[in-house]
Amino acid sequence: MARRVKLILQAAAVLVVVLLVVLLGWKVTQQEAGRGLSDALERGERPYPPAVVFETLDGEGVIRLADYRGKAVVVNFWASWCEPCKDEAPLLEESWQRYRDEGLVVLGVDAQDFRSDAQRFVERYGLTYPIAFDGHGSSLGRFGNTGFPETWFVGRDGRLVGQHIVGPFDREQLEENVQAALATPAR
Amino acid sequence: MRRAGALFLALVVLLAAACGGESDEAPTLAEMEKKFICPTCQTTLELSNAPIAERMREFIRARIEAGDSEGEIEAALVDQFGEAVLASPPKEGFNLLAWVLPLAGGAVAVAAVAVALRRWSRTRSEASPVVSGAPALDPDLERRIDEELGRFDG
Repeated sequence: MARRVKLILQAAAVLVVVLLVVLLGWKVTQQEAGRGLSDALERGERPYPPAVVFETLDGEGVIRLADYRGKAVVVNFWASWCEPCKDEAPLLEESWQRYRDEGLVVLGVDAQDFRSDAQRFVERYGLTYPIAFDGHGSSLGRFGNTGFPETWFVGRDGRLVGQHIVGPFDREQLEENVQAALATPAR
Repeated sequence: MRRAGALFLALVVLLAAACGGESDEAPTLAEMEKKFICPTCQTTLELSNAPIAERMREFIRARIEAGDSEGEIEAALVDQFGEAVLASPPKEGFNLLAWVLPLAGGAVAVAAVAVALRRWSRTRSEASPVVSGAPALDPDLERRIDEELGRFDG
């Protein structure tokens, strides 16, 4: 009987260790997958972005990148406390207004922020493009983001295109990548 | 059995201490800064000068002035930033494991050492001869030992 109990305890201990290793492996894989996106773009590949379901800033709906299939999408990660984000916001609004009829969507993802601060930011800069809220910042790791602002471009075929811009962009850089995204054929 | 009971009682007391509720006194900013993590730099607020940490401090200060309890401030911050904003996991649900497992592990280790020591001491006492109950020496052998000892002394 004592031998049987001992065996059960040993099996339970091994199971716990295996579970912890699997959990660690899953976490590392998730992080590496995000980092891999940027590397793949640099190699000239066009991976799909993570299938993240974002909450809208007003908390009343969800936004999926897959909903924009057939359109070119600028995904801009920002936060109200981020200084360069304040310079980028007007450029993004301008680009959205100029190209929305050609099939461009600008999606702002406010992360690691207070929702109320984000709402004030949107009002202050008169942003009319869709804004998602990710206060927990859980989408950041899935994209492999390391700070704010960071910007990705998705082609009409739903794959990433152009550059992954880490840090602030200038008008020319934004225009160049928007044109690359708009030029991709829809599948 | 009494020892096992005492161990169980000690474990219950430790768990109760670990899972104890919040104080009734109004929280201070200094106390609260130790309880929350800056989401961008992953250190407690007291060690961070990041813009979001400054903003969180401002938020906490305002909530303290408004008379919010520690639990209410914690709930508000978790709602915004998720449970990752807490410096230590909440003492409920799955996260309770983070508090219980180390204590339970310690108790199991203490119990295992106690059982091992008990077995070890029992084995030793069985293996070593008991002087009082030892069989008497053969009289002939005893006489020869006395003779040899007498010769040695002489």
